[in-house]
Amino acid sequence: MSIHIQVQTDDFNVGDEHNTLCSNNKSDGAVVTFTGLVREFSSGDNVIALELEHYPGMTEQLLQSIAEQAQTRWQLARICIIHRVGYLALGEQIVFVGVTSRHRQAAFEGAQFIMDYLKNHATFWKKEHFKDSSNWVEFKQSDKQALGKWEK
Amino acid sequence: MAVGSAINPNDVVSNAQNVEILFFGQLKERLKCSKLSLEITRPLTISELKLRLVSQYPHWQPWLEERELLAALNQTMSSSDEIVKAGDELAFFPPVTGG
Repeated sequence: MSIHIQVQTDDFNVGDEHNTLCSNNKSDGAVVTFTGLVREFSSGDNVIALELEHYPGMTEQLLQSIAEQAQTRWQLARICIIHRVGYLALGEQIVFVGVTSRHRQAAFEGAQFIMDYLKNHATFWKKEHFKDSSNWVEFKQSDKQALGKWEK
Repeated sequence: MAVGSAINPNDVVSNAQNVEILFFGQLKERLKCSKLSLEITRPLTISELKLRLVSQYPHWQPWLEERELLAALNQTMSSSDEIVKAGDELAFFPPVTGG
C-alpha cells in the first residue's frame, strides 16, 4: 500500500498522476481520480483568481492521516493527494485525488471520502480575488453535512 | 539573558520559555501578524493564553474571541482547555476552506 501526499505551488499533470497509479499495478482493477478546478463563484462579482494558503507541516500530516483512514475502511492500494497553494487563476487545477482498488466501489467511495474529509479538516484557506477587491471564502455547512454519510 | 555580543548557549534555553504562536487565513490578515513568540512563566490553557494575547494586544480582542476560531497545539487540533507549555507551537485560524 502506498500513499503520496504533495502540497505545491506548481501545477500537476493528471495524465502523469494517472499513469503512476496504474503502472506496475497488476492487482487493481479500478482507478478513480478527482480533479478540482478554480471556478466562478455564484456570489455576484466575477472571481478572477483564488489565493490559497496552508499550515505547512500540519496540512501534510492531516492529508496523510485522511489517506490512512481511507485505507482502513477500503482496500485502497495506492492513494495520491496533490493540493496546490498560492495564486491560481480561473480554470486552473487546485486539487487531485487518485486511488486504486481491486474493484470500483471501494475506489469511488474512497476517493469521495478523502475529498469530503479534506474539505472539512485539511488546513487550507481560500481567498477569492475579484477585479477590484478580495474576500476570504467562508466555510460551507454543506461540506460538513457531506461527512454525515461516512459516520457509522 | 546574555549580556554582550558573545553567543551564550543559555540563550537556547531561554528561548524554551516561549510559545510560538501562528495565525492563518483571514485571522492573520485582520491581526496583521502571521507569527509571534510569547514568553510564559508557567503552563497555561489555550483560553488563558488567548487572554494573555488580548491583554497585550487589546485591539485583537474581537478577532481572537470569534466563536468559530480554531486552535492547533503542536499541529494537532485542540480544545481551549488544553495546556500549552514552553516550547510548544500554537496556531489559531478560522474554519478551513480547501479543496
